[in-house]
Amino acid sequence: MSPNHPNPESIPVFSPQLAARFDALVQKYPVKRSALIPMLLYAQDEVGYLSDAVVAEVARRIGITELEVRNVATYYSMLRFRPAGQFNIQVCTNISCLLRGAYEVYERFQEELGVGPHGVTPDGVFSLEEVECVGACCWAPAVQVNYDFHDELKPDLVPGILSGYRGKAKAGNNGASSLEKKANSKEPHA
Amino acid sequence: MPRLVSHPDEVKIVSRRFGMGAEKIDRYLELGGYEAVMKCLAQDSDWIINEMKASNLRGRGGAGFSAGMKWSFVPRQSAKPKYILVNGDESEPGTCKDHLIFLHDPHSVIEGTIIAGLAVGAKMGFIYLRGEYRYLLEITERAVADAYQRGFLGKNIFGSGKEFEIITQTGAGAYEVGEESALMESLEGKRGVPRIKPPFPAVVGLYGGPTVINNAETIATVPHVINMGAAAYAAVGTPRNGGTRLFSISGHVERPGVYELPMGYNLKKMIYEVAGGIRGGRNLKAVVPGGSSTPVLLPQEIDIGMDFDQVGKAGSMLGSGGVVVIDDQTCIVEFALRTISFYAHESCGWCIPCREGTDWLKKSLTRFHAGFGAPSDIDNMQYLAENMLGRTFCPLGDAAAMPTIAFIKKFRKEFEDHLNGKPCPFAREGVLQLTVV
Ligand SMILES: Cc1cc2nc3c(=O)[nH]c(=O)nc-3n(C[C@H](O)[C@H](O)[C@H](O)COP(=O)(O)O)c2cc1C
Ligand code: FES
Repeated sequence: MSPNHPNPESIPVFSPQLAARFDALVQKYPVKRSALIPMLLYAQDEVGYLSDAVVAEVARRIGITELEVRNVATYYSMLRFRPAGQFNIQVCTNISCLLRGAYEVYERFQEELGVGPHGVTPDGVFSLEEVECVGACCWAPAVQVNYDFHDELKPDLVPGILSGYRGKAKAGNNGASSLEKKANSKEPHA
Repeated sequence: MPRLVSHPDEVKIVSRRFGMGAEKIDRYLELGGYEAVMKCLAQDSDWIINEMKASNLRGRGGAGFSAGMKWSFVPRQSAKPKYILVNGDESEPGTCKDHLIFLHDPHSVIEGTIIAGLAVGAKMGFIYLRGEYRYLLEITERAVADAYQRGFLGKNIFGSGKEFEIITQTGAGAYEVGEESALMESLEGKRGVPRIKPPFPAVVGLYGGPTVINNAETIATVPHVINMGAAAYAAVGTPRNGGTRLFSISGHVERPGVYELPMGYNLKKMIYEVAGGIRGGRNLKAVVPGGSSTPVLLPQEIDIGMDFDQVGKAGSMLGSGGVVVIDDQTCIVEFALRTISFYAHESCGWCIPCREGTDWLKKSLTRFHAGFGAPSDIDNMQYLAENMLGRTFCPLGDAAAMPTIAFIKKFRKEFEDHLNGKPCPFAREGVLQLTVV
């Protein structure tokens, strides 16, 4: 396991922030189970993936079985059961991006990182995957790094993007955890 | 930040506040925001529904159903609560317009949702965004919180004594969840498997209650219809096709972007004038007019008005308004393969014709494109796709079959060229990798 991912089995499954977020979330809906999918995604943002402990914790908090949680989670392509890199690079190769050189961009990422599809770099900083349309077709080719969009990419821009994230990785600034911080600073609306 | 474009032929109604800071509530109010909902609060629900019907606003999610008509199907009396559902799943390849609405004008979605609620007597609305749109979800959540803070949402909206709540929701990656009943399943915390119809959502929808589900652009248009008046809005478009549409023009054009043009705007003009023509002075080979699920058009077929009826007459569909432009250096077999592999990946697996059909098509096209095809493959793929049509549980199967049939029919020669040791006439270095799992 990479140094960037705390071993989730050895710490409380949900941080206090995540637990608070969950409590606010279940309040919102007419039916508690509606919180399941957002909760899995937010937990993944914090822990890095849906570990057995996360699945068990979410099941317990929603009040359904672990099997039901897995049954739902396996449907959604953003949810994963294995760690990805701290920065997960998702290259869209769907039609609009294909037409504007998505595979050239994808190949450049492969070369620079030395990993294939779904590979994680040995330092745990990056992972790479090819994804379906991310809703940025007019700004193709488009790439998402965690939740950040990068539009109108060219292979030559790839090294610059990577070094930007490498800098953040050194500073221990994980994209997902900064999102958590931002989200938690907001007042719940209801 | 996605680049905004502009062209003199645009009629900016839905996009009029793009780039003006209207994601901030004060700016939105300065720009005439929340006036429409106040106007509606002074009217009864029949008035709102009649305005919507008269506006000829048709659903922007793909099917083009009349929004006013859909709202009128919701029963007046209902034992279960009624809901408004905003579909911001935006996953049809070639489509990125809702992206800009949530980015630049989230309050228009909130305002439209409240108006829909007033029209059908719902007290709660949900805004569902695809999981990849996290930054847009955060912008929308901020906007919702601001609207609550001003008393535009909550137990007593605008001091009217009426109640309306809005809840935002994130998906987690699934095209099929854009299908309305699958979206309801997802919102209930389940796999996004579609429901059998009837009953239709207007009668039995989310949590079993009567539900209006509309695309985000449809909902964002509602306040403008109310402000302009239905007749003025309808007059912008063509008969039975009111108003404008946000066209996402992508692919091999000089100036790709989201352009707001009147319904019925000529497709050829859209490509050659609005979007600046084919990139690098090349020639046009084909156009996918309404998102990846719509049948491809040939250059001689594009002198048509872009509204639901005219594109339908030309043998394709206006769909989501995603115009994908393909130049003459493109391999159509490769393009077809990339299209079908998307549908194979996204098929929810519930029904056999879709699950197996998309997979077979993907396998056949992969083999074919790699140069190992047999002459009989061409007819077999067409036969297979034709037999999926209308036989799947939800329209995802059709969405995969329709473009496949058109590619094969209209580019048969190019498929044949791939046989007999001529793998791909346009082979780039490195064939399609297709590692999406
Ligand atoms: C497979 C599939 C995917 C769909 N994806 C979307 C989508 O991403 N966004 C959307 O608004 N409608 C989508 N739709 C259409 C919805 O089912 C529904 O018709 C639409 O949200 C209704 O809104 P409208 O009447 O305003 O268009 C999809 C339909 C199917 C069959
Ligand atoms: S096709 Fe790549 S973002 Fe839509």
